[in-house]
Amino acid sequence: MSTSSLPSRARLPFRARLATTVGGAAGTASRLAGRGDGSVIGGVIGLRLKPDLLSLLAQGRQIVMVTGTNGKTTTTRLVTAALGTLGQPIASNAFGANMEAGLVSALAKAPDAILAALEVDEKYIPSMLQKTQPRVLVLLNLSRDQMDRAAEIWMLARRWREAIAAAPDCRVIANADDPLVAWAAGQARQVTWVAAGQRWHDDSWCCPQCGAHLQREGDDWHCLECSYRRPPVSWMLVGDQVIDPAGRSTTLDLVLPGRANRSNAVMALAVAEVFGVTVPHALPAVAGVRSVAGRYTQVDRHGCAVRLLLAKNPAGWLEALDVLEPGPVLLSVNAQTPDGRDTSWLWDVDYRRLRDRPVFVTGERRMDLAVRLEADEVLFRLVGSVDEAIDLVRAPSMEVIANYTAFQQIRAVLGRTV
Amino acid sequence: MAALRLVWIYPDLLSTYGDRGNLLVLARRAQLRGIAVEVAQVNSDQRIPADGDVYLLGGGEDLPQILAARRLASDGGLTKAAARGAVVFAVCAGYQIIGTEFGGVDGDPEPGLGLIDISSGRGDRRGVGEVLADVDPELGVERLTGFENHQGVTRRGPGVKPLATVVSGVGNGDGTEGAYAGRVLGTYLHGPALVRNPSLADLLLRWVTGAPLPAINPRQEELVATLRRERLTPAPA
Repeated sequence: MSTSSLPSRARLPFRARLATTVGGAAGTASRLAGRGDGSVIGGVIGLRLKPDLLSLLAQGRQIVMVTGTNGKTTTTRLVTAALGTLGQPIASNAFGANMEAGLVSALAKAPDAILAALEVDEKYIPSMLQKTQPRVLVLLNLSRDQMDRAAEIWMLARRWREAIAAAPDCRVIANADDPLVAWAAGQARQVTWVAAGQRWHDDSWCCPQCGAHLQREGDDWHCLECSYRRPPVSWMLVGDQVIDPAGRSTTLDLVLPGRANRSNAVMALAVAEVFGVTVPHALPAVAGVRSVAGRYTQVDRHGCAVRLLLAKNPAGWLEALDVLEPGPVLLSVNAQTPDGRDTSWLWDVDYRRLRDRPVFVTGERRMDLAVRLEADEVLFRLVGSVDEAIDLVRAPSMEVIANYTAFQQIRAVLGRTV
Repeated sequence: MAALRLVWIYPDLLSTYGDRGNLLVLARRAQLRGIAVEVAQVNSDQRIPADGDVYLLGGGEDLPQILAARRLASDGGLTKAAARGAVVFAVCAGYQIIGTEFGGVDGDPEPGLGLIDISSGRGDRRGVGEVLADVDPELGVERLTGFENHQGVTRRGPGVKPLATVVSGVGNGDGTEGAYAGRVLGTYLHGPALVRNPSLADLLLRWVTGAPLPAINPRQEELVATLRRERLTPAPA
């Protein structure tokens, strides 16, 4: 597909142009003042001047929207890499500012980009779908996360389902292995089903349609009490192989570690195909992504190679524990508003497999984590900081798993270059 | 005593957020006192064993809550166990299920198991946040600290006492929190409610053994004591 085949973007009305310009200036000021990466403040100001700014900015674009509990930022990055092979600019909120103001900033910063890859907070999908009319919506997974804000995930799935039913022009690319996601996408007019896998099953033992216990055999699932079952898939992830709709199998040899990232990559490849980019073209770009907003990067700190993994909820911790390299690990947990104020989820994570390695524990809610590890008979040491752990560990490398604000704090200590 | 039999009811339906914590804490506090523990995790397609000592019910969303209540009613095992004096500990959605009635989808009343004379409906707004509550002095349990996340309002019939008086938070909606009658006890403190409240866990164990429990080595309670101090200290949480 070439740029000329895409509709050209209409000029923004004067007030919208003013709003994006003022917003952009505020973003620069915010960056210079050292208050974050400036990606939200500009959007906030722009929206105040022009409440329908997002709809205006979205007009004439081909937007890919990515949502789900885990993998949003990474998948958005992989989609950007895959579509980057088209040789066109792509607007993206690459640093995870995934509410309306973040979307406004991302689009305002790239006025000439026809293509956009935008991650969206799962709670905002209905309004963002309506305002931006995306060409593609990617649904990754749905599991317990920040329940103090989200209330109930089944309610969230129901809102997705209603919003998708009201957006017939949007192609939905959905993970058929997650029963809640499959149900949410069930009324889409155009849907691509992907067997992207589901490691965490504890939020989908019951049928989203009728509530009965779901029967699971391998990857397949169905309800015994109503007709609801896993839809037939056109893309599959099998081990490290991706099988495309034509039945071709390709090895996913990604720099990013773990099953979860292979799953994200398959979703990105399915997106690429909608834009005419085939697996052989997209895969090298997707496979070469090595760091996503600080995640997975290794950084040298006082002679210790520290690798940062972000895990925000039980499903995320399960995947993070899966990709741990042998050796010492530092765990850090906070409970600020972006993390969710409630630490109950720690009891949904099985920590027993950390029993045979040196474990350090830090973060603002380190005592909650300490009591949790004690119950799982994991030996650990409480530390005040990442540097204290490095001093004590005297090892060439250390893995770090942290939840959202704890991750940002450690990243700040290690330097923004991470 | 013989092994303590813990029955975790329907983790497939009623385990929204860390409910496993209650099972692990009860098991640990029994084992630290030399009591052997047997655990049965019973999914909703299995029968409830009749010979348990403590039955645990966790939290759940609307549909699973209704389904769990119906399954438990037709299974009958929990009702029989409660009738012969087994201990029942229920949190959040489970707390509502053990009463006579609760609010289902869109607030329509659903019948509960009636193990305790309480009835629940849906309130005007969701109670979300940290809870502090002072327990009925007869129970010898220290101040409760926990997290609630529910929209329920619960009323007690005669013969049912509130578990505690709310210091901060919502609880039952009338200034009280939780309820108990005989050996059936429920609370809106959700998820791993016993983790931060080891003396409540010990109350349940005492109900089973019928005798005072041996003390636990303070070193093995140090972490949870620190956590409790942290949570009970009024600070910007």
